[in-house]
Amino acid sequence: MDARIGIRNSKNILFKAVIVFFAFVVTIPLIIVLLYIIKQGVMQVNWHFLTHIPAPEGEKGGGIANALVGSFFIIIIASVVAIPIGILTGIYLSENPGTKLSYYTGLCVDILQGVPSIVVGIVVYFWLVKPLGFSGFSGSMALAIMMLPIVIRSTEQTLLLLPPSLKEAALSLGVPYYRVILKVIVPCGFAGILSGIILSIARIIGETAPLLFTALGNSFLSTNMAKPMESLPHLIFTYATSPYDDQHDLAWGASFILLMFVLTLNLFTKFITKKWNIQL
Amino acid sequence: MENNKRLDLSYTQMKWDTAFKRILIFISGILLVLVVGILITLIIQSMPSIKALGIKYLWGKVWDPVSNIYGAYPFLIGTLLTSFTALIISIPFSIAIGIYLGEYNTKGWLSNLLKNTIELIAAVPSIIYGFWALFVLVPIIRTFETKIGVQPYGVGVFTSSIVLAVMIIPYAASLGTSLIRMVPSPLKEGAYALGATRFEVIRSVILPYTRSGLFAGILLSLGRALGETMAVTMLIGNTSAIADSFKNIFFGPGNTMASVIANEFAEADHTLYFSALIELGLVLFFVTVIINLIGKRIITKYTNN
Repeated sequence: MDARIGIRNSKNILFKAVIVFFAFVVTIPLIIVLLYIIKQGVMQVNWHFLTHIPAPEGEKGGGIANALVGSFFIIIIASVVAIPIGILTGIYLSENPGTKLSYYTGLCVDILQGVPSIVVGIVVYFWLVKPLGFSGFSGSMALAIMMLPIVIRSTEQTLLLLPPSLKEAALSLGVPYYRVILKVIVPCGFAGILSGIILSIARIIGETAPLLFTALGNSFLSTNMAKPMESLPHLIFTYATSPYDDQHDLAWGASFILLMFVLTLNLFTKFITKKWNIQL
Repeated sequence: MENNKRLDLSYTQMKWDTAFKRILIFISGILLVLVVGILITLIIQSMPSIKALGIKYLWGKVWDPVSNIYGAYPFLIGTLLTSFTALIISIPFSIAIGIYLGEYNTKGWLSNLLKNTIELIAAVPSIIYGFWALFVLVPIIRTFETKIGVQPYGVGVFTSSIVLAVMIIPYAASLGTSLIRMVPSPLKEGAYALGATRFEVIRSVILPYTRSGLFAGILLSLGRALGETMAVTMLIGNTSAIADSFKNIFFGPGNTMASVIANEFAEADHTLYFSALIELGLVLFFVTVIINLIGKRIITKYTNN
């Protein structure tokens, strides 16, 4: 009898050790990748690197200004399109949970969340690139489609968590419905909606596949949304697979900057959700 | 007079109210149109290939655009092999994280730190994993392959699977954590009262109780793995020919559906080639969407009960 208890106890301890080991081992690859990117990238980054366009193949120096500007414009336009649509759809879904339309819209959000990014690239290619040519704008639209499900779901989740008494109180004072939503409900859920938006930007800023056939890439500085545009992830992809060492250096620097953006945005979301105590 | 003005005011407000509600309905409708539009576009554009190649396309073993022969079999094999290998590697880790964060250590700084670190794994863009692996992991794999006596390509299905495995761990892990935390404590307490050790509680109460939820998390991970493009494109080696033995398929270069689209879409120069690639996209769309929807359904059913 004593022996069996001994076996069971050691099994228990062994199991816990295995679980702890497996759970913490996962962080090792992340730490290795982060440290390696920082080590390779931080040496590249200086003022020259941020303000110059890439040097021609085989030449030293140059920077990634074209990719920084391109990514900035592409993401701004994507946000301008996706955020209003996302928030309004989120409001509709949280306000009308039982209707047929909200069922099918919710289904569509789920579908959209699962669509591989490369497929979004293909579809936007046919919608915008084939008739209008490669452009930064078409890249924005592809990324906007990727953003939508995240913004919608976070808006919906946040608004569903608000106590119904808030809305009832406002309505009983005779405030019209649209003002209740826009002046009471949305401001109350502002932090949750905002963190959803930031999270969605953090997600799309590193997306490469939808940009391959839409924004295409451009080795010169361009602010024209109707023409091909470079972006950070696309620059990393082209230079990482090129045979020149100087271009690899550019790609390491660009990876470092991209990583810093993503980490900052994620930490910012963490900060917001912690401060306002939101569950996403 | 006063009364009329008030009536006017409430009348305009009512108009605004209806307008607002209509806008909400209209915008939600846009989403339906978007998803249906994606589906229709893919179907229409892959029509030439569906008509010309039929269902045989899916198990045609040769992909040779120069002689106009298209078979998706190499890519189906490549996709399934990379995704399932990655899934098998990732399952022990994601379940361990779920059990650790959901049962052993649910609160406190260590638990929070681990949780945030796992979330960060999902936040790092796939292009960065691909770039890192291309320069750091590939040489390591090459020495490893020389040691075990297969052709040392370095890139290939095996390398892609390892990177994919790391990338998909967070999806199953975070879902597993929240589901294990939801196990009702009377169940666990009952088992403890009967003298069970913690290991026995986990094995015979928690895991059976959360089984379908864990399965759903693994499905969501699988959906991610199937559609993942950039890291795999950089690491898989991009060969459309199928190697002769399983060992060579597994360790040698290959291609997945997503990677072949990323590589060849821009250079497809005739209609059939082009639409054969889009048909791959259509297949990928269906497979990932179905997997995702099943996973989501299981979760909703699970959390409602």
